[in-house]
Amino acid sequence: MADFDQELDASGLNCPLPILRAKKSLGTLTGGQVLHIIATDPGSVKDFEAFCKQTGNELMESKEEGGKFYFLIKKV
Amino acid sequence: MSEKKLAIIATKGTLDWAYPPLILASTAAALGYQTQIFFTFYGLQILKKDLDLKVTPIGNPGMPMPGDMPFPVILQTLPGVQAMVTSMMKKKMKNKGVADLADLRDLCIEAEVKMIACQMTVDLFDIKPSDLLDECEFGGAATFFEFAGQSDINLFI
Repeated sequence: MADFDQELDASGLNCPLPILRAKKSLGTLTGGQVLHIIATDPGSVKDFEAFCKQTGNELMESKEEGGKFYFLIKKV
Repeated sequence: MSEKKLAIIATKGTLDWAYPPLILASTAAALGYQTQIFFTFYGLQILKKDLDLKVTPIGNPGMPMPGDMPFPVILQTLPGVQAMVTSMMKKKMKNKGVADLADLRDLCIEAEVKMIACQMTVDLFDIKPSDLLDECEFGGAATFFEFAGQSDINLFI
């Protein structure tokens, strides 16, 4: 797992909360910093892809492990 | 990249149908859209400070019942059924991590989603403006089109 600057645990939250919380967390970071997100909503996999595509932030990593989903997003 | 715009008309005032406009508006705002919701007719209920929306299975054969149990329409009309179904729905939403409606509405306001109450239906139903959110503005069809006309997406819900 790469280094990150902030972690967001969105476990147990459903659409659209993981995205909204991530947006808020990214707002506290500066460009180039990395946010690590943990989620349990299976829909978040596609949603974070779409979120990054539309906002220009970089989805560095997206993986599933033991029923949880992990994302690394680098703020643009 | 110039800012995209989303305009939504919210016309329904039940617990279930209050979700789509607020989910889409909050998400669009997170994606960088400038977003506006025009609340008209029963959609005005979503703007009430005292948010207490209900859901009913009446006229909605698509509503899933626990264990797919049959729920004849004549029983759905009994007193207390609406309150029971509403509380079941709220409980289910909480268990599944679905946002509380008032929280979702707060997130929209925080994200500067513009909320417009339809003046005509506010008058029609004698709704007290003081019963609606302080953040909402009042306007008519022309107000809606001022923003909708420049929007990339327009939704009627």
